[in-house]
Amino acid sequence: MDRPLRLITANPVDQLARTVEALLVVASAPLSVEELAQAADDDPERIELALGLLSDRFREGRSGIVLEHVAGGYAYRASREAAAACERLFERPVERGLSQAALETLSIVAYLGPCSRPEIARIRGVAADSAVAGLLERGLIAEAGRDDGAGGAVRYRTTPLFERVFGLESAAALPRLDDLGDSAAEIRERLHSVAVGKTA
Amino acid sequence: MAAVRELELDLDAFEGPFDLLLTLLLKEELEPAEIDMAAIVVAFVERLAERDELDLEACGEFLVLIAALLELKARALFPDEEAELDELEPEEAAEELARRLAEYRQMKEAAAWLADRLAGERDRYFRVGPAPIAPRPERKLAPQDPQQLAATLRLLAEPPPQVSLAHMSLRFPPVSQFLERFRAVLRRRRRFDFDAEVGSLSRVDQAVAFLALLELCKAGEIALDQAAPFSPIRVSRPTARPWSASAPAGQSPAPPLPDAADGAPAGGPYSHTVPPAYAPPATPQERADEREQESPNPSERTSEWIARSA
Repeated sequence: MDRPLRLITANPVDQLARTVEALLVVASAPLSVEELAQAADDDPERIELALGLLSDRFREGRSGIVLEHVAGGYAYRASREAAAACERLFERPVERGLSQAALETLSIVAYLGPCSRPEIARIRGVAADSAVAGLLERGLIAEAGRDDGAGGAVRYRTTPLFERVFGLESAAALPRLDDLGDSAAEIRERLHSVAVGKTA
Repeated sequence: MAAVRELELDLDAFEGPFDLLLTLLLKEELEPAEIDMAAIVVAFVERLAERDELDLEACGEFLVLIAALLELKARALFPDEEAELDELEPEEAAEELARRLAEYRQMKEAAAWLADRLAGERDRYFRVGPAPIAPRPERKLAPQDPQQLAATLRLLAEPPPQVSLAHMSLRFPPVSQFLERFRAVLRRRRRFDFDAEVGSLSRVDQAVAFLALLELCKAGEIALDQAAPFSPIRVSRPTARPWSASAPAGQSPAPPLPDAADGAPAGGPYSHTVPPAYAPPATPQERADEREQESPNPSERTSEWIARSA
């Protein structure tokens, strides 16, 4: 008896998406495409297809859970609609009370890291010990080796948590340093004008 | 205490009074790095310990001097950045200053950007390991009175009251009490209803009363009768059982007396308790039956009954 061949109706990528979904629910840190591919035992290209499906399914306005590309990987977070409810249940110890000194120190580590405490102190003009300790405790920075030479100072770098807290896909998502502040030439000119004004 | 400056020192790099050491260091004839500062402190503390009194003035002077020495040594140990700048030409120094200011300016701008970013991301909630549960609001204690606390503690310190075990042991009334009671009742009345007699007593008393009942029955002092299981138990004198089916034929006691207090319903076997004077007129046949049943002297009883019925 002749029977027509039937295609398998289930979409294999859809099945892979369910696996990826499960992996992301279990993880408490963002998972990279490579990590997901390894865990799901599938090709990174297909993982990205699956992530595309999930990104559409779990997006703001459609779901209480939102899939985001953050800190070099993919992770679920609560939708912004639910922020008020989340705030009543959870506190945000990482971000709470970040001082100006801490933010400046964090900027220096983010742009110039890995860097040591003396380097931070040199740029800011004041000691950075307490700011560094606070950032370490919050998990926004971590130790990353030591300066060269005997008794080299400990160097610090930012952590994936830093990128996650600030919603950065990666460190490259920071604005370019050249776009920030005045250039050295502009400052020199201003210094000159001040000096001339004083001597006049 | 002699002046601190006269403190005699015996160090690896120097031997002599503290004063001389200071002079040599200030004249830069000695390298601060070579001087063991801890040894100087130890020497001073030892000298201090030799004396009973504490010379605060000397201590203060020593602290100031040793602190100055430590700073001198620390500066000597680290490269002097200012000296580097001093060596620069004014143009170069200005350039260096501008460069540093620009660098710091950039970092301040970056910090501002991060602060803005943080403010914008405040409504992004995500899981970081186990979710940090917000601390529960602290419950405020009601105003406390120390006296009340003491009183409460005193209560707790007292030994607990002895727990009564009275209910554990049942007190049984003597069986004889009920023996006497039932005998007395039966002296007054021909029979009585056991349930009605002991109904107002406790369960234990009822049980003992029942034992007494069995005793009396065993001794033949009473007769027991019960129409059906769980129906009222009737107690009577053994002689007052003319209606009993087990009564031997031909042995008929005197007709039972009416017993108003008994409250027994008329009818059934109790119909016999109705005195003959109140009996409904009986047919001759019935009378004959009765005569046969009850009277050992039928002729005598019959004549009497006939006379009454007439």
